[in-house]
Amino acid sequence: MSAQRWRLGEGGLIDRSRVLPFRFDERLLHGHPGDTLASALLANGVRLVGRSFKYHRPRGILSAGPEEPNALVELRGGARREPNTRATQVELFEGLEARSQNRWPSLGFDLGAVNGVLAPMIGAGFYYKTFMWPAAFWEKLYEPLIRRAAGLGRAPQAADPDRYERAHAHCDVLVIGAGPAGLMAALAAGRAGARVLLVEEDAALGGRLLSEAEEVDGRPGAEWAGAVEAELADMPRLRILRRTSAFALLDGGVVAAVERVADHLPEPPAHLPRQRSWKIVARRIVLAAGAIERPVVFGGNDRPGVMLAGAVRSYLNRHAVLPGRRAVVFTVGDDGWRSVADLLRGGAQIDAVVDARAEVPPEQAQLAARHGLRLVAGGRVTGTQGGRHLTAVRFADAAGREEGVGADLLAVSGGWNPSLHLACHLGNRPRWDAAIHAFVPGELPPGLVVAGAAAGRFSTHAALADGAATGLAAAQACGFDAAAPEIPRAEDAPRDAVPLFHVPGGRGKAFVDLQHDVTDADIALAHREGFRAAEHAKRYTTLGMATDQGKTAGVNGLAILARLAGQAISEVGTTTHRPPWTPVAIGAVAGPHRGRHFRPARHTPLHDWAAANGASFVEAGLWYRAQWYARPGEAGWRDSVDREVLAVRNAVGVCDVSTLGKIEVAGPGAAALLDLVYANTISTLAVGRLRYGLMLREDGFVMDDGTVARLAEDRFFVTTTTANAGAVLQHLEYCHQVLRPALDVSLLSVTDAWAQLSVAGPRARDLLAAVLDPGPDLSNAALPHMAWIAVRLGGVPCRLYRLSFSGELAYELGVPADYAEAAMRRIMERGASFGVTPYGTEALGVLRIEKGHPAGGELNGQTTARDLGLGRLVSTRKDCIGRRLAERPALTDPARPVLVGLKPADGRTPIRAGSHLLEPGVAAVTANGLGHVTSACFSPTLGMPIALALLSDGTARLGQRIRVFDPLRGGDLEAEICPPVFVDPQGERSRG
Amino acid sequence: MRINCPFCGTRGNEEFTVLGAADPVRPDADAPVPDWVAYAHARENPRGPHRDLWQHQHGCRAWLVVERDTLTHAVIAVRPARDA
Repeated sequence: MSAQRWRLGEGGLIDRSRVLPFRFDERLLHGHPGDTLASALLANGVRLVGRSFKYHRPRGILSAGPEEPNALVELRGGARREPNTRATQVELFEGLEARSQNRWPSLGFDLGAVNGVLAPMIGAGFYYKTFMWPAAFWEKLYEPLIRRAAGLGRAPQAADPDRYERAHAHCDVLVIGAGPAGLMAALAAGRAGARVLLVEEDAALGGRLLSEAEEVDGRPGAEWAGAVEAELADMPRLRILRRTSAFALLDGGVVAAVERVADHLPEPPAHLPRQRSWKIVARRIVLAAGAIERPVVFGGNDRPGVMLAGAVRSYLNRHAVLPGRRAVVFTVGDDGWRSVADLLRGGAQIDAVVDARAEVPPEQAQLAARHGLRLVAGGRVTGTQGGRHLTAVRFADAAGREEGVGADLLAVSGGWNPSLHLACHLGNRPRWDAAIHAFVPGELPPGLVVAGAAAGRFSTHAALADGAATGLAAAQACGFDAAAPEIPRAEDAPRDAVPLFHVPGGRGKAFVDLQHDVTDADIALAHREGFRAAEHAKRYTTLGMATDQGKTAGVNGLAILARLAGQAISEVGTTTHRPPWTPVAIGAVAGPHRGRHFRPARHTPLHDWAAANGASFVEAGLWYRAQWYARPGEAGWRDSVDREVLAVRNAVGVCDVSTLGKIEVAGPGAAALLDLVYANTISTLAVGRLRYGLMLREDGFVMDDGTVARLAEDRFFVTTTTANAGAVLQHLEYCHQVLRPALDVSLLSVTDAWAQLSVAGPRARDLLAAVLDPGPDLSNAALPHMAWIAVRLGGVPCRLYRLSFSGELAYELGVPADYAEAAMRRIMERGASFGVTPYGTEALGVLRIEKGHPAGGELNGQTTARDLGLGRLVSTRKDCIGRRLAERPALTDPARPVLVGLKPADGRTPIRAGSHLLEPGVAAVTANGLGHVTSACFSPTLGMPIALALLSDGTARLGQRIRVFDPLRGGDLEAEICPPVFVDPQGERSRG
Repeated sequence: MRINCPFCGTRGNEEFTVLGAADPVRPDADAPVPDWVAYAHARENPRGPHRDLWQHQHGCRAWLVVERDTLTHAVIAVRPARDA
């Protein structure tokens, strides 16, 4: 049933006993456990897997790892559809569905390939130049065309159905990468007793040992890795995170990583997240991330069938797949000859080995002779042929004579680039190592060492020795010690090579960045147009951007720039390595913090009671507050709000104001601290009394307001607005600890300790007398406006503050949070005869607008005490935060907008908050603006819409008309300017 | 970034909030307005060591003077603001 015609008869780290069916572009194919999607496609002879970004050229599989720039596919379907997934990293599972990208109507026949004809128009800097064409053209014509033609995958439209987690880990030694260096580092640190975390991007440990036909300690490399893994698994203080990419090095030895918990399964099991993002805090880090093989830039180097030589070995040795039957190997040194040997063993015919070195070492020359291979010393590949797949390779010998041979595989070895990304995330620059023709880590961030191939030491023996030494040293730095582990026997062959990055003058486009279709000609164009620095050329050409991050393109791009500039690569500099090393799903970063869990929800102690009594809730910061309580028969929210307002004005209402910030300020220095923090004087407040408190910022603008109750000589209870509760506590702590450290004060947030109920209306006193335990004298003489007393309710100690936000006779009853619901039930029971009505924040807002109290719309961070009519509160007899800078001329300018009231001239047209104020008859332009409406509502008390506004010269304009203009929502009316207090301006009711 | 709170030990920076420069000294109440403007608004933007005020908001709530390098982000010293 399974026609895996390119699968080798034996070998490989795959489980041949199980066959996994999967689909690519709807075609049913088969693979085995141990396959990646890429190896399974190759096993089935599928070479063409996508179309390129700009030119829609046919593309195949270049690599066998995270550096893959070509084989980007759409994985899964529906809400789980994931674009731009690297087929080389996707573990095959039963029923996997993948589709090629960027092709229309089909992968084989793509109309977009016509872009190739237009190539001269869409070279480097195309986007920037296009922006300079007429703007209207861009939006209507070019952008839709470009988006259709030159996108990569399609993002899913539906919400992500999977769960994600965030986790933290702490360790002594973090080892990144589980190749020979990483395994030895973990072994050395683990044996010393350190707490070790070993992070590996792959599903299996072993790194290149899984891909190379070589032995360690006299047995196959993969087997040796398995033995080490078994020892590590038994260490109680060592943890292995596989399928985990360390993608960022952050300050202070913190590494961010993403664990693909369930991406290798059709769907995450119910109990597991799809991915987990880790924040790992490590005392020492061993970076053993290995190296990435470098392609060579030559004409036609993007044709399917052109593959990195090391990837060829991965497919042969790890996946038992023959990536081609007639091969040409193009190498700059010894390393490519390993692919020659492995291909021969796999049964491929090798038509030519093109070695860039003029002198090929005798051992390799003999290998060629023994197998009758055509050896082209000092050669270059100059071009390729083929439609959807490679059919022939053209090369030139040392003398420049060109010829071609038929081939379906071109294995390219351009040397290896150490994977040093994480070592450079904190701004450290890599260093050019002329001996290996690659960048190696330069100065390292504190606490991090680099081992093995990542440090530019490429032999297996060097990696093992390096890992053992760095792992042990890291453990020792954390206070652990043990004997160094014995270094197992392994190959230590030289890695001779010549520096060859680019074969200029070949046939066809020569791609530097395959993912973004950036060619050598684009870099030359950027250079001609003056974008010569590495960073400029990158941005102008899009070289090494997005998921590539220079993995395959970076060094070749720099080499071409260097040659154009006549400089050495070390002189051109490098681009900056930035996180993330590999693409990370936004879902993994967000973790569980999405939808309703994006931030915590705060419920007052009366939330359930309010919900059971018909409340609609509104979000206020983190809080959910009862907005109004609908009753049967009410047609809409206005009916409910009007009823609630009138109940307060005519009888009594009760409102949950528990969300107000509440802070206790205690100690001998409390009064002095509050005098500093509040603009008005607090220290003169008598015990048992309350005072309105106004807080300024140091720049003189209003910060917050609230009330201050003196509980005892050295103890105050202050309230803040709901929105600023946290900020005010932080500010008080700042004023105490930073500005007045000598004051003996303690601060405590008691917001959640007390439920606070506003009881307001002419019958408020009667209601409280019926509700509270008998005893307290609630008369005006005993409990006047702005005073408080201790009371009991059902035996529970409570506090009764007499203060009014609505302008009515009003109290706030402080009840310990646990008793809030019982208190509310008693109020509703015993208050029925007084007509008690629960009211929500909407009615609360109407009542305060009617009374002209400033709130959110007016306390907007741009108003002064004087603007709000509170200027006389600011004491000039003491120092306080904001006093001095509030005296600045611009803040005391009489023309500044001040708080006024507005009524529609016709008595009925609603006024909208946010409307602009203009002199009637003048042009409606910004320069003529005189202020804006800050709060607006329908006043059931007055029977008309009313508003508060900040109006320039407002006091002088009282009684005049003003134009209220709202061009955004089509509002335009005339209004009468009036004092901001619409109800009971003398304040008789609240004192009654 | 990790900050070594003198009261709680080393913690991740997500537990802290930063206010700004620690060195400006609040002028006397009657100092000239330009002194106050400088105190409220004028700030250095140094490359290298710098003293910031941070609060261990999700910890002990202590205000701290954190000396750190604006280039390398290395934390050099942490002291309680009340002792600074």
